[in-house]
Amino acid sequence: MITTTKPAPRLRALRRTTGRSAPRARRPLRTWVIAIAAYVIAVLFLLPYLEMLVMALRPNSELGLATILPKHWTFSNFTTLWSTGLGGSIGTSLEIAAGATVIVLLVALPAAYCTARRRFRGRGFFLLLVLATQMFQPAAMLVGIQREFTNFGLPPTLSLIIVNAGFNLAFAVWILNAFFSSIPVELEEAAMVDGLGRVGALTRITLPLAAPGIVTALIFTFIAAWNEFLVALTLSLGEGTSQQPLTVAINGYIGEYSVDWGHLFAAGLVATVPVIILFAFIERRVVSGLTAGAVK
Amino acid sequence: MTEMLALRRLTPLLWLSPAIALIGVVVLWPVLVMVQSSFQQIGGEGFVAGYNGTTNYTNLFHEPDLVAVLLRTLIWVVGVVGVTMLISLGLAQLFHQRFPGRRVTRWALIIPWAASVMMTALIFKWALDPNVGVINVILNHIGVIKRLGSNQADWLGNPTSALIWMMAVAVFVSLPFTTYALLSGLQGIPGDVYEAASIDGATSWRSYLGVTLPLLRPAILVATLINVINVFNSFPIIWEMTGGGPGYETSTSTIYMIDLKQGDVGQAASLSVFNFLLVIVIVLVYLSTTRWKEQVGR
Repeated sequence: MITTTKPAPRLRALRRTTGRSAPRARRPLRTWVIAIAAYVIAVLFLLPYLEMLVMALRPNSELGLATILPKHWTFSNFTTLWSTGLGGSIGTSLEIAAGATVIVLLVALPAAYCTARRRFRGRGFFLLLVLATQMFQPAAMLVGIQREFTNFGLPPTLSLIIVNAGFNLAFAVWILNAFFSSIPVELEEAAMVDGLGRVGALTRITLPLAAPGIVTALIFTFIAAWNEFLVALTLSLGEGTSQQPLTVAINGYIGEYSVDWGHLFAAGLVATVPVIILFAFIERRVVSGLTAGAVK
Repeated sequence: MTEMLALRRLTPLLWLSPAIALIGVVVLWPVLVMVQSSFQQIGGEGFVAGYNGTTNYTNLFHEPDLVAVLLRTLIWVVGVVGVTMLISLGLAQLFHQRFPGRRVTRWALIIPWAASVMMTALIFKWALDPNVGVINVILNHIGVIKRLGSNQADWLGNPTSALIWMMAVAVFVSLPFTTYALLSGLQGIPGDVYEAASIDGATSWRSYLGVTLPLLRPAILVATLINVINVFNSFPIIWEMTGGGPGYETSTSTIYMIDLKQGDVGQAASLSVFNFLLVIVIVLVYLSTTRWKEQVGR
């Protein structure tokens, strides 16, 4: 494992007592150079998305002006957004993301718990299978996905729920497996002895302790399904705008001869800002879910 | 008693069966359908005319564009992943330091990761508009466009400059994950290693090369592998910014496959199978050359 060993608290204490004898008020010059470099880089990462905001607030009449900022600002792109069928798309995206998230949790929780707690024949093979699904991406097997789900004849929303659940299963299994493995079996046994029973021990002890992992898996799956574009485009192409998920509907603003940039970026902000906020909650734990499989 | 034992042996299967079913439907079944389709004649509308042996594969390998597309795919993957790793090593080192406001700056770093890649690609497509795109407006202000000649402003119209810009966007969206993976690797390096190095009189650059990089190797290997797979399969950036054109001059193998799918599903399936095998071979070669088991596993 590369991710689990944290800097020991012992070391931090050591640093506090021996290192850095200078008072906090006088930060060394080096710290400020580092800080300023980091601020500049943070702004560079933010700029493209600020440009999206600037474009969404630019009146249509100024789209042809070669200026960095518009002369006038307007909210009209946001207020007229809903008449373009975007409300329905948001609903469709919510359905797909929430549906995929529920399925992933229902499927990954027992699998992760079982592989964390028990050693049985076929366990290694199962984990390898999960890792393989993480390595295969929808883009690599698009032809197969399209033909299979067209033959099923399911509504696109349901197909997209299933496909998104399948491709995000690995992340949830890894992160939940790590959390369950870190909870001592003795804790569960003690709870069972105390009369909670097997189900009680699971729901009152184990699941609450694994809550951070569950929340991470939940948010990660939701965001991935919300942002998914290629399969959504393939399976919902012929649908009306309100039946298409947001990523596909946003591309509807790109016409053959002109692009409705104002609405496009206003819709882009609506699609982007919520997931950035959600992502900030799981920022610290995401890496372990993505890399644990390759490391094990 | 024996019945009880058999039951006990079967319970894991009970816990795993929903996951196995989901993987079967979403991953294994499509692979089989794809392989089957690659031996069938299928039109763009999905009508199956019947098996046609290896015709799709022979047609594919006779496509005049295929060699250029594969070479471009190589440049795309090696270039994007290489530059991403180099920049991320620097960023991880920077954001590993303690400074006021570190949490906030780290939040800015995750934005391209959290946002849909499709959206980021569209922002850059707009920003590179020859006349009113903000990047060109700025380059015009500082006089770069004048020096290069005004034709140069049409970055996405020229295959070479388009590919460079699209690789830059691909690097941009790959940086957050890679930096975070390396940061978590850096956190795993105990501080006393550095103390020992500094007692030995190692300068900071030398201790980076001699201590940090070797200890960071597992994190670098894992991040590189995941990036290679992601970048090879990357679709939204090229699709939104140039559509792979003019002709196939900015297409990678993934984009080429999706374009083939519009007209000839069978041949697209054969290219998918080829891409699939290519990724598996790349991963296996990578695992063996990096001595993965010794380096990454326990």
